Amino acid sequence: MSSDSIDMERRQFLTGTATVLGGVGASVAAIPFVSTFQPSARAKAIGAPVEANIDQIEPGQRVTYKWRGKPVWIVRRTEEQLKALEDSTAVLADPESAKSIQPVFAENSWRSLNREYLVLVGICTHLGCSPSFRPLLSDEIMGSDWQGGFYCPCHGSKFDLSGRVYAGVPAPTNMDVPPYKFLTDTRILIGESEEAGS
Amino acid sequence: MKSVIVKNLLGLRNWIDARFPLMQLWNEHVGQYYAPKNFNFWYYFGVLALVVLVIQILTGIWLVMSYKPDANFAFASVEYMMRDVEWGWLIRYMHSTGASFFFIVIYLHMFRGIMYGSYQKPRELLWILGMCLYLALMAEAFFGYLLPWGQMSYWGAQVIISLFGAIPFVGETLSLWIRGDYVVSDITLNRFFAFHVIALPFAIAGLVVLHILALHHVGSNNPDGIDIKANKNAQGNPVDGIPFHPYYTTKDAPAVVALLILMAVVIFFAPEMGGYFLEHNNFVPADPLKTPEHIAPVWYFTPFYSILRANTINFFMVPAKLWGVIFMGLGTMVFFLLPWLDKGKVRSIRYRGWIYKTALGLFVVSFLILGYLGLLPPTPARTALAQVCTVIYFLFFLLMPFYTKWDKTKPVPERVT
Amino acid sequence: MVKIISYLGLIVWAQLSMSAEGGTKLMQANVDIANTVSLQNGAKLFINYCVSCHSAEYMRYNRMAKDLGLSDDMVKKNLMFASDKIGDTMTIAMRPDDAEQWFGVRPPDLSVIARSKGVDYLYSFLNGFYVDSSRPTGVNNHYYPNTAMPHVLWELQGFRDNHGDAYQTSSDGEMTPVQYQQATRDLVAFLDYVGEPAKLVRYKIGFWVIAFLLVLFLVACMVKKEYWKDVH
Repeated sequence: MSSDSIDMERRQFLTGTATVLGGVGASVAAIPFVSTFQPSARAKAIGAPVEANIDQIEPGQRVTYKWRGKPVWIVRRTEEQLKALEDSTAVLADPESAKSIQPVFAENSWRSLNREYLVLVGICTHLGCSPSFRPLLSDEIMGSDWQGGFYCPCHGSKFDLSGRVYAGVPAPTNMDVPPYKFLTDTRILIGESEEAGS
Repeated sequence: MKSVIVKNLLGLRNWIDARFPLMQLWNEHVGQYYAPKNFNFWYYFGVLALVVLVIQILTGIWLVMSYKPDANFAFASVEYMMRDVEWGWLIRYMHSTGASFFFIVIYLHMFRGIMYGSYQKPRELLWILGMCLYLALMAEAFFGYLLPWGQMSYWGAQVIISLFGAIPFVGETLSLWIRGDYVVSDITLNRFFAFHVIALPFAIAGLVVLHILALHHVGSNNPDGIDIKANKNAQGNPVDGIPFHPYYTTKDAPAVVALLILMAVVIFFAPEMGGYFLEHNNFVPADPLKTPEHIAPVWYFTPFYSILRANTINFFMVPAKLWGVIFMGLGTMVFFLLPWLDKGKVRSIRYRGWIYKTALGLFVVSFLILGYLGLLPPTPARTALAQVCTVIYFLFFLLMPFYTKWDKTKPVPERVT
Repeated sequence: MVKIISYLGLIVWAQLSMSAEGGTKLMQANVDIANTVSLQNGAKLFINYCVSCHSAEYMRYNRMAKDLGLSDDMVKKNLMFASDKIGDTMTIAMRPDDAEQWFGVRPPDLSVIARSKGVDYLYSFLNGFYVDSSRPTGVNNHYYPNTAMPHVLWELQGFRDNHGDAYQTSSDGEMTPVQYQQATRDLVAFLDYVGEPAKLVRYKIGFWVIAFLLVLFLVACMVKKEYWKDVH
């Protein structure tokens, strides 16, 4: 048998070093595996921003584009409709858009870059149905108080013509405004805004 | 602070141990498993095989997240992995490199078993389980190779499956049944995917557990081939044995790192390995209408492929093609018989005489030559050499009952050297 | 004894190594994919001359832009004719059935051609065209006899007659022979990159991985030696 005593300190030091190094190696080795979960180049290409032409839209008309699998509406609002936005504040749950998702430029009553054109993700914030378009002021079905907006047939949520949710309906927040920017006066790029981190 | 953490961990361990044989398993298989203290280089390959298996399973799971087992999308999905998925190329290369390394490690592991007589009593069942694992591994590799759906994938599968057609009476039906279609098709691809991803990995995992249990039940062999349990000390432990932990855990760790280094060299600097690990022709999408000029299996199957091709003569009304299939099959199966063919009085090559060493040497050389020949297209000269080597290959086994008895062995020591 | 065995071994080796197939010796491509300028030039040639018939359906424009140090705008303006989105892959407008009718065979996708055929073959092929009036395209190729592909780069190289092993210029192109070789070298380098974009990064990463593992190996060896002091 050996006459040397076991140098416990050296053993612990070496074992500790090896363990730490091994742990570092294993953690770094895990990075590629975890990273593969991120959206691939194909996902990013499919989810890329979409260009929209707005020069053919009539006043009061809505057109729909598809971005990241979701409907995005562009509504050309009339002066009357824009004015109605100011008046309807009383019936809304969140008129200042404090709780909903939109770019900074949409934190106001018209919720868009250009007052005339509304760009909105056409999905009800309750359970994901796509609301119907009720632009007429004083709609037959919606009632004489109706100031124009969107009505979700699934559970009866109502939104105004800026996508702001009414008080007392199932939907909790205003509809989302996606990031977007104007490429020219008549072309909008949906999916990318001028703000940082868009 | 540290003692609080340690105290809590110990508490957790005790809680588990009262409900699950945690410490018992640990002691039996690691902490108090006494292994011979004279393990050498050849004894690394069991642990290394386990490491490669884990790598294959992990990378395999990740690959299946992006792979599409459809003839129209399979090839494209592999390129999707290589380009569009973050770090997908690394995971793909780890898997393809791991496949080849698995066979390198396993062949060395098997060779150790032959050299040191690890298949002899009482380890015959251990050897049989190992051979089952080898067959399962070959099947796993074969099924997996179809998945990229390249030219070599497709035509390699076509050729091997059609070999079954050589079997009289049932052959054609059997081939049709394996393929699920009249030619290798999308249907074949989907079922090979099921075998490769689910069926065989489970079988391999189960067999590995049985293999290790069988080993631990009788204890490990060693390079001297002597039984360390014959000499126990006052505590009842073999005098020539040491507990697996911490001695073999610390000894195996650098070996695992060395394996990772070798794999990293291949993965990052030569993933194709000159076309041997990733074959050039497999970067051409499968085309059922265009047969490649030169169809060869991946390198780890080439010894048996050589044996197949070496059979060129129609004996006794049996066509050469069928003889080829028979001998190729026998070439893999004959290993199962080793425990009973070997009539030697000693286990380890260290104490065998020159007859045995010559026989083993000839076997190894012929195995390597057969492997090399299998990579090349056949010529008359090459076929002749393959035939000679095939004969030597089988004679190693067939004559073993005789030459192991005649072999003049050296006296075996009492204690390990 | 050893000598006899070595001689025998050499003879056996020679016999075995003799190729059963024929094959013209390939030219050396000598590509350098670390040379970004070469890759950019190759990309330009590829888009201008190849993409009308050959797709590279696994290669995305924005990936190429990033790897070659080109801006998305620059690529959109100069290197994209068949698609309009920078995230698209390099597909072509030509329908496969039309292609088969016109050429007899579909021009293969070139995404991984460098991995299946090798850069030396591609380089040789592009440098191997000669005039042959018996062919529908008017040309043949030294390295792929009776190819259905026309000499797309004829403007740059000109045409040559085949006289045994030597070529003779039958009409000049825009480039000198040396310039043409460099241009085809760039094009093949680009194809090499397209075959495996990860090749640009894996050497560097590999160096660091192996360096780390070597350190870990040394420490693990030291741990082993320390514990094995117990064993005699």
